[in-house]
Amino acid sequence: MTDHFIEDKTTKVNVNLETIGERVDFNDLKSGGFIKQRQKDLFTVRLRCPGGRMETKKLVEISKIADKYSKKGVVHFSFRQSLEILYVDYKEFRNIVSELEKIGQKVASCGPRVRVPTACGGCEYNPNGLTDTQGMAEMVDQKFFGTPTPHKFKTSFSGCPIDCSRTKEMDFGFQGIVEPVWEDPLCTGCTICSEACKEDAIVSDPDTGKPIFDPKKCIFCGDCIRACPTEAWKAKRYGHIVRIGGKHGRHPMESIEVCTFLPDDKVADAIQKTVEWYNANGKRGERIGNTIKRVGIQKYLDFMEPVFKHGSPVNYLAPGV
Amino acid sequence: MGEVKANAHLDLRGVMCPINFVKAKLKLETLEAGEVLELVLDSGEPIQNVPKSIKEEGHKILEVKKEGEHFRLKIQKG
Repeated sequence: MTDHFIEDKTTKVNVNLETIGERVDFNDLKSGGFIKQRQKDLFTVRLRCPGGRMETKKLVEISKIADKYSKKGVVHFSFRQSLEILYVDYKEFRNIVSELEKIGQKVASCGPRVRVPTACGGCEYNPNGLTDTQGMAEMVDQKFFGTPTPHKFKTSFSGCPIDCSRTKEMDFGFQGIVEPVWEDPLCTGCTICSEACKEDAIVSDPDTGKPIFDPKKCIFCGDCIRACPTEAWKAKRYGHIVRIGGKHGRHPMESIEVCTFLPDDKVADAIQKTVEWYNANGKRGERIGNTIKRVGIQKYLDFMEPVFKHGSPVNYLAPGV
Repeated sequence: MGEVKANAHLDLRGVMCPINFVKAKLKLETLEAGEVLELVLDSGEPIQNVPKSIKEEGHKILEVKKEGEHFRLKIQKG
């Protein structure tokens, strides 16, 4: 019989559980989120937790399952916010997956495909948050999880320029921004905005106290808007800075900014089209940052124009590209 | 802008974030809605953070005056 949980869209890995020890290629199991450990017969089961958010009731149930199947009674919080159940015997895969399915918990994946998105808290409860990062991560996970690509494809969402989700180090990252506008009649010249601005983009006029704004220094964090007592600073528009080609690992690469103020409703299009371009241009085993280096950023931007035109362009000629 | 009369005063010079905000919040809790708290805050981190948090709690900042290295704020309880 076949177990669907270690089957993915590219390489169908059919495993007969009765004889799993002889027939299964343990490397293929990684595509289903089962990672071989040093210890004989034992695997790490990586769960699918987009944005690292989980309902408490589910967490309680998962902890019961983890307690039952982990031979050592331990879990690990992965670097990409997913919970991993350690020391699981491969002979119990079917049981643990069916128990997880009953509580609506899916298993993650590894290998050359779109990975589970990571995200910070976002605008729902974080005072700095400008975008609904959690909602975005959930949406991307639903739409794109497991889509095959030439190499791994990591996405993340940060809600503000502090960039806790490290969008600069992702294959494709989205960081929330807000464009401030100032209305003179509402301003009392209190100078709080120039104090609140950490980028020196706002200085106060020595006579009137009113702001002198330098948009070139602004990183669109919205501190001026939040600090202004009279709503003289307002949000003109929200969106995402889009970054591509970042990675960490043995040879880290910094991403390139390819679009600013991309609206929420174009994020899915941006991912879909970027994955399409990556699959058409990337070599097997090549991260998208290296594909862009080899093929040229302009080719990518030309391809993405129908999507990125909904945002604003950036000076994408970053150092080293 | 006319001078607003304060019902309570709090000097938070030398008090670090976020203790300064917590103290302001506790003081505001002793006031009735519509009453005014006068607050003195250091420049730098306190003036960057405390007014934002006060706004988020639903209070209104009526007046801000810079006095050298600190700020004098009048806050109306929301």
